[in-house]
Order: sequence, then structure tokens, then C-alpha cells
Amino acid sequence: MAVTPAVGTISAAAQDSSTMTDTLRISVNGTPHELTPDPRQSLLDVLRETLDLTGTKKGCNQGACGACTVLVDGKRVVSCLTLAAMHDGAEITTIEGLAKGGELHPLQTAFIEHDGLQCGFCTPGQIMSGVACIAEGHAGSPEEIRFWMSGNICRCGAYPGIVAAITDAAERA
Amino acid sequence: MKAAAAGYIRANDLPHAISLLEQSRGEARILAGGQSLIASLNLRLAGETALIDINGVAELSGIELVGEQLRIGALTRHRELASSDLVARHVPAIAQAAPLIAHAAIRNRGTIGGSLAYADPAAELPACMLALDAQIVVRGPAGERRVRAGDFFVDLFTTDLAEDEMIVAVEVPVAVAGERQATMELARRSGDYALAGIVLVDRPSGVRAAFFGVGPTPILATGAMAAIDRGASPDEAAALLEGDLQPLDDVHAPAAVRLHLARVLLRRALAATRS
Repeated sequence: MAVTPAVGTISAAAQDSSTMTDTLRISVNGTPHELTPDPRQSLLDVLRETLDLTGTKKGCNQGACGACTVLVDGKRVVSCLTLAAMHDGAEITTIEGLAKGGELHPLQTAFIEHDGLQCGFCTPGQIMSGVACIAEGHAGSPEEIRFWMSGNICRCGAYPGIVAAITDAAERA
Repeated sequence: MKAAAAGYIRANDLPHAISLLEQSRGEARILAGGQSLIASLNLRLAGETALIDINGVAELSGIELVGEQLRIGALTRHRELASSDLVARHVPAIAQAAPLIAHAAIRNRGTIGGSLAYADPAAELPACMLALDAQIVVRGPAGERRVRAGDFFVDLFTTDLAEDEMIVAVEVPVAVAGERQATMELARRSGDYALAGIVLVDRPSGVRAAFFGVGPTPILATGAMAAIDRGASPDEAAALLEGDLQPLDDVHAPAAVRLHLARVLLRRALAATRS
């Protein structure tokens, strides 16, 4: 569950209620939500703890591993390093939003075909980052993919399969 | 751990942001991209603080050529620095630095103003500002002032900013005819903070070499610069870096390794700008 709201130490600035932004309207995988997050809640914690979308993983919680990568208005971000409150009006896509009508996203299929995973913990972040990598036009060669996927760490070392999957999906896109 | 933050407020425009900063009497911090600030809140390295979100302040974004200066708004993301034609043409050192900053997802959020205000001594952009002799435009309740990069980075994670001031832009002199620039770094893994890095601005009037990761702030290698301007060889100039830099031993590398890497980088950067 979310932590208790902060009370008592809010500065004079934040006490000006006319400018407090307590209602957050976001769309997650096409579903609109109206939330009142604690200002300290990261987008990652809101996805996992408020919306029960636990596909997005919390690895390092400091922006170093990429396991929490999601798309915000089409751009990849690490959801641990951004507060939910900062994204009023945004459209968020998580791993749960990729499959359409029971059909896996082509990159999900490619990860299975190329063994782009072992334990699977980093996989949602790898796939979200890979979707963006392809959309950005950064999947032209294995070298280019390795550079643009460098923010997503895989402790099992499934990198060759990950690069092969992204290469394959990019060619089919 | 959950982030330590005592409150969150969104600034509507620049005067509003300044007014909120002033009212907070040092208890609030400016939240831009958040790629360092939220990490330190998550780790509880930063204590209870109110956050003033400036992401909606439109006048802080944008890159424009103003006379002989490129003015870059504080809220400009690293991704925008990397893809801007103006930056590539007029301050190639920044265009070369941007892809070295962390990873793609971080560069989509992180901002130039945030990087400079955070003043990590191993970060690329503070060293770019120093090598390019840029001015940091800061604003507070008393108005706007300009601080030369050489006076802005005071110590480890410490800048000349007063508690009621924020960075609004940087003004960077554009490259003159015949000028070459190079930004290079050595890191254990792509996207890590550099063990050592260099921003070399090779102007017909004289060379400026700023190093990062080798001291408490970005450091101008004045001894080596003067030697290069006198016609010293890259090896001779590199030998003088011991007197210019202040690398420290830490868990990532001993001081001697960092000094060695700085020498390697100076030779490589000179080879790039003078090839």
C-alpha cells in the first residue's frame, strides 16, 4: 500500500492550496484514471501499488537498471525517477498495454523466439525500452541497439537474445 | 525506500516559481527532470523538502541563437541537446557530450539546468560550460544575474546559486571560424559516470581544456592549456596535468588511474581537434 501522506512539514510554499495539484488524471494503457497520489509517490509506485499493474518492476529504484521503463506520451522513461504527480494529462504505456486482443506485441513474440530472457525480471523494462528503441529509429544494427539499450541491465546476461529479438522485430515493423 | 518529500507544487510560470522559492525560505527545491533529485530522495540522501515542479514553465525551454551566443533554456532535455542542429553547428562539444549522459530513458527527462544546479563533478555538462566559458543565467527575487561557469561551480555538489535563486538558461559563445571542439570520456560501462572526461575547445586564439571526474568540480587545466598555446607537444602538455587536476581515490578508481586517463584523453582530444 501507499505510504501515509506527508503532514506537518510542508513548506509555506506548498500550503498555498490554490496551487496545490492534488488530482491527477492519467491514462494508463488507454484506461483513464483519476487519482490523488501522495506527492512522494513515484510513477512506478502508483502503477504497482495503486493500479496493481505489477508488470513494471522495481529493480534499483535509482535509475540505474531500467527494469521500471515505461512509455510516457510515447517516450521511454524510468518510472522510478519521476513522480506520478508530474504527469497530469499524460498517456502511460506499460508492459500490460502491449498485447492487443490476446495477440502479443511483435517484440514480445520476438523475445520468446530468440530467448531474450532467462529469469524474466528485467524483461518488461527491456521490452518497453526496445519498443521505444525501434520507434526512435535506433535499431539499425546490433551495435546501435546495444548503445541505445544500454540503460537496461540483464543480470542473467541474455543480451545476445535481446539484441536478436529487437533486430528481428525492427525488421518486421 | 520511499522518497522523502514534504510537498509538491507546480509552478505556473517563472515569476510564480521564483515567488514559491522565496516563500519557502530554503525549504523547497526546484524539480526539473528529477533524474538526480528523485534518485537522491528515493535513497534518502536528500531530506524532507518541498518540491517546486517547473516542468510546465514554457519560457524555460528552447534553444536559440542570440547574436554570438547560443541561449539554451534550463529545461532543455539532454535528448534535445543531442538532436539540435543549432547545438551541433555552434557548440559541437555539447552535441558530443549529450549522448554520453546516462542512458536514453534518462536523457528523455534530464535537463541542462538540473545537471548544472546539481553540479556532480563527474558530469559532462558542467565541464562543457567551463570549457566553453559559458554564462549561467540565474534568477531570484532581486532579478536576474549572469555567472561565468568558472565562478559557478564552487565545490563538490555546490554552486554559486543562492537558496532563492534558480537557473533559467545558459548562454554559450558560439564556435568561431577554425575552432574545433571535442568531448570525450572513459567509463567502465556505457552510460556510467566517467572515471575521467575532457571537453577541449580549440580556438585559434587559444585552447581551453576542462576535465571532469578528476576533482571536486570541473577543472580547467590551465598549466596544460598554457603549454599547448606555447607550442608544447601533447605529451609535454599531458605531463603537466598532475599540477592542474585534483583526482581523489575512491571505490571506482585510484587517483593515479584517473590522472593517467586524463592524460590519455588530452592526447586523444588534441588528436581529434588537430587532425
